Amino acid sequence: MEEQIQITVNGEPRQVPAPVTLAELLDHIGLDTRKVAVERNLEIVPRSTYAATRLAAGDRLEIVHFIGGG
Amino acid sequence: MDGTPTSAVPLDDAWEVAGLRFRSRLIVGTGRYKDLEETGRAIDASGAEIVTVAVRRVNLGDPKAPMLQDYVDPRRYTYLPNTAGCFTAEDAVRTLRLAREAGGWNLVKLEVLGPPPFLYPDMRATFEALEALLKDGFQVMVYCSDDPIAAKRLEDMGAVAVMPLGAPIGSGLGIQNPVMIRAIIENAKVPVLVDAGVGTASDAALAMELGCDAVLMNSAIAHARDPVRMARAMKAAVEAGRHAFLAGRMPRQYAADPSSPVTGLIR
Repeated sequence: MEEQIQITVNGEPRQVPAPVTLAELLDHIGLDTRKVAVERNLEIVPRSTYAATRLAAGDRLEIVHFIGGG
Repeated sequence: MDGTPTSAVPLDDAWEVAGLRFRSRLIVGTGRYKDLEETGRAIDASGAEIVTVAVRRVNLGDPKAPMLQDYVDPRRYTYLPNTAGCFTAEDAVRTLRLAREAGGWNLVKLEVLGPPPFLYPDMRATFEALEALLKDGFQVMVYCSDDPIAAKRLEDMGAVAVMPLGAPIGSGLGIQNPVMIRAIIENAKVPVLVDAGVGTASDAALAMELGCDAVLMNSAIAHARDPVRMARAMKAAVEAGRHAFLAGRMPRQYAADPSSPVTGLIR
């Protein structure tokens, strides 16, 4: 049986199958990685390392993009 | 008469911030429009080369929703990420680190706000955030109070531009503090921009007549009845105000001084 871990994405709890990389999570959500930025436990994750970043139980992710603002 | 200005100012009258050169002296926000299509049209009409953008959580429930980049092309406009909505130095620094990762550049707008209803700049938190951002290699344009001492301190710390408010954000009250704006300009060696307060075209012209290097606005265009037309008006006003500043206004005097010769009158 596949192991599940709980992480928090943009403030919402989420169960994901483990092991899972950040690149796999973003692909699963359906995001264009060229237009977003990700913070993991208050640290920026460089885009070049998404595929090598394995998520751990309890991780807190912020996934952001640019929107209209003044 | 060919209409060419005779002053020593170069014809293109460009200005520079953080080593980048711009012809338009109008910076516009991309928020508060009816939709992204109207955002794109208004910004096009404004002639702006720099646009401010906010950083927010992606809507995970709708990851394919249209994005700002589809309507306001980052290859055409310089995106200036802001920290709108940040009330602490820590949040502002986190936000801009994310913005740098999303966009890939260092030029940012810092604003750390005090509480509603005025959202007046919190300068202590602004200094704290600026220090952290400069250590981290950012080029920072700073929204600030209309306080010449605070503005000078930001410049001395290493801000690439200082941006005092003319009136509270989104208030449309116009330039309420021309004396202090002028004092900041006279003291500054970095570009000074009025950021916030502009309500209509004459406000933008006044800011430029005071000697600002540029003006930043959002609501004055986005909340006009016809944003595209107001964008055009602001473009003209900023240019008119800049020309008036360079031309040097006539002295004020409190009595009439006839424009027509006083000799040769019929009797």
